[in-house]
Amino acid sequence: MAEPVVSLTNASKSYGTTIVTDVLRSVNLRLEAGEFAALIGPSGSGKSTLLNILGLLDRPTSGSVCINGVETTTLDDASLTSLRGTTLGFVFQFHHLLSGLTAAENVMMPMLAAKGRRTRAMEQRARSLLDRVGLSSLWRSLPSQMSGGQQQRVAIARALAMDPPLVLADEPTGNLDTKTADGVFALLREFNVERHVAFLMVTHDPRLAARCDRTIELVDGRIVSDR
Amino acid sequence: MPISWFLALRFLREGRAQSALIVLGAAVGVAVMIFLSALIGGLQTSLVAQTLGTQAHIVVRPADDVARPMIAATGATEVSARIERTAQRARSIDRWQQVLDRLSRTPGVTAVSPIVSGPAIASRANATRAVLLIGAEAARFAAIYPIRQRMASGVYDPSRTGCVIGRELAADLGVSVGDKLRLSAAGDASAMYTVEGVFDLGNREVNRRWLLVATRSAQTTLDLNGGVTSIELRVASVFEAESIAAALRSSTGLVADSWMVSNAQLLVALRSQSSSSELIQAFVILAVAMGIASVLVVSVAQKRREIGILRAMGTRRSAIVSVFLLQGAIVGVVGSLLGAAIGAGLGAAFAGLARNADGTPTFPFAISWALIGRSSLIALATGVLAAALPARSAAQLDPAEAIRNG
Ligand SMILES: Nc1ncnc2c1ncn2[C@@H]1O[C@H](COP(=O)(O)OP(=O)(O)O)[C@@H](O)[C@H]1O
Ligand SMILES: [Mg+2]
Repeated sequence: MAEPVVSLTNASKSYGTTIVTDVLRSVNLRLEAGEFAALIGPSGSGKSTLLNILGLLDRPTSGSVCINGVETTTLDDASLTSLRGTTLGFVFQFHHLLSGLTAAENVMMPMLAAKGRRTRAMEQRARSLLDRVGLSSLWRSLPSQMSGGQQQRVAIARALAMDPPLVLADEPTGNLDTKTADGVFALLREFNVERHVAFLMVTHDPRLAARCDRTIELVDGRIVSDR
Repeated sequence: MPISWFLALRFLREGRAQSALIVLGAAVGVAVMIFLSALIGGLQTSLVAQTLGTQAHIVVRPADDVARPMIAATGATEVSARIERTAQRARSIDRWQQVLDRLSRTPGVTAVSPIVSGPAIASRANATRAVLLIGAEAARFAAIYPIRQRMASGVYDPSRTGCVIGRELAADLGVSVGDKLRLSAAGDASAMYTVEGVFDLGNREVNRRWLLVATRSAQTTLDLNGGVTSIELRVASVFEAESIAAALRSSTGLVADSWMVSNAQLLVALRSQSSSSELIQAFVILAVAMGIASVLVVSVAQKRREIGILRAMGTRRSAIVSVFLLQGAIVGVVGSLLGAAIGAGLGAAFAGLARNADGTPTFPFAISWALIGRSSLIALATGVLAAALPARSAAQLDPAEAIRNG
């Protein structure tokens, strides 16, 4: 049986020292390679926190995260950073492109971060990814010159730059109109099918959640359903 | 291109208005530094050169002569004091040939000139003037003083019966090249000398007192056969004169006075001028550093979310640090290049503003590559140091927190 791309064991997260807020309570979660899962739940239920922990942007207060078979609890910041850069892709609600960089340069960033310096090959790969998300003519545009949907497509191309086995998407369509949201969702699905990339996508849209292979529901920091 | 260079350049380009302002700020700072140093350096160099135009760097004399160095007598009081003491006989340096040999082999010494000097009276018709008779070998003496460049008429190469005098003395006695004058020293018979040249060393007192003759003529007039009363030296770097003089004092047992001792007040003035200029420069550097730091602190605050994203995408802390340090360094370097150009231009304009009668600038301006290099290095270091704090705070940003709250 294939190794999970990510597994979370008894992960808890609490904030504060005097007034302690338990945001995640003993969460167990496994995602297999190529899975396409939706993460749903009311606002404040801990979805973003869970994604940050899976994405090695935050450490759980207790419990462990295992990415691609690598146990991360004991890793130092530098190792976490390079593991994150090479095995995980991120898409956020507010796209978060670098405003001073062109579309192609934004897509190149994860490659640049991994390799340390810019190469021709990176530029070519960035442009073919932009081509794939339907933005071939906009490679030299700055984010401010693109629509919200276009910016989110650039962010998706960027998330896939390193061919990660897992992409974490926090409300990637939350800020888009229905039609544009459908287009972005379809694009994620295509990458999932074509490249066997696993996705965990936070969404408030039941229509989109219904179109995922698996739906995980979080309430008050606990997984209440997983089907 | 390394990632940190790429991002530093992009960030600077993105905030181009801020970048331009802060580069301009650094440029003004560097320009002030260069302008001030060059101006003060130029003024000091010309002041020292002026002082040393009529003064040997070091004068070596016999040990128990209590008088001040004779030729350093630019003040009128000293000269008159000497004239009142004409009863005292000029004394020769013991075995001066050996001393001369030793002096000329001393490191740092570039020229030596044995001098026979003493008070004398020059007269022509019914005009009489007290003078300082100086006998020296012309080539050696000319290596100590810029006399040959400063001849108003005739040449400086006195024959056995020739003399060279200053412009004021020539006017006082009413003589010019080719005329004869009578020279006498205390108690001795007088002799006639032909004026062979008239100099203008730019110092009235010297122009009025000095009467230059051949060594032998002075020896005869002052009754010092074969002797010399002092040996004058020129050194390679003028501010080392006193330390060389001190070494000579202990090695020869003779009196060795440097210009630095006889011009102590001038040196104090130069030093306080330099330190006030340095103080001003230090504050300018501080202002530039605070300017660069504040722009970068704001930039880090504005880019919190982008820094978080960069970290999420696998950018290492060290790369983030470099991005901001490089921005500081680039601002420093570009600012200093611009500042050097402004400073040099300002200097040239300033130097061209006012000129002396002979065409030399009133404000001599000593700009050099060393000065530009020094200022650029200071600007670079200032930029990097100013960027250190913002760079540190950028690298320590918690990515999850930054992405969530921006
Ligand atoms: N840094 C923090 N300090 C304190 N509380 C936090 C912090 N981050 C998140 N929280 C709290 O954790 C809870 C879950 O937040 P979040 O994971 O963003 O929920 P969701 O994404 O499901 O809306 C919220 O109540 C939020 O206020
Ligand atoms: Mg959220």
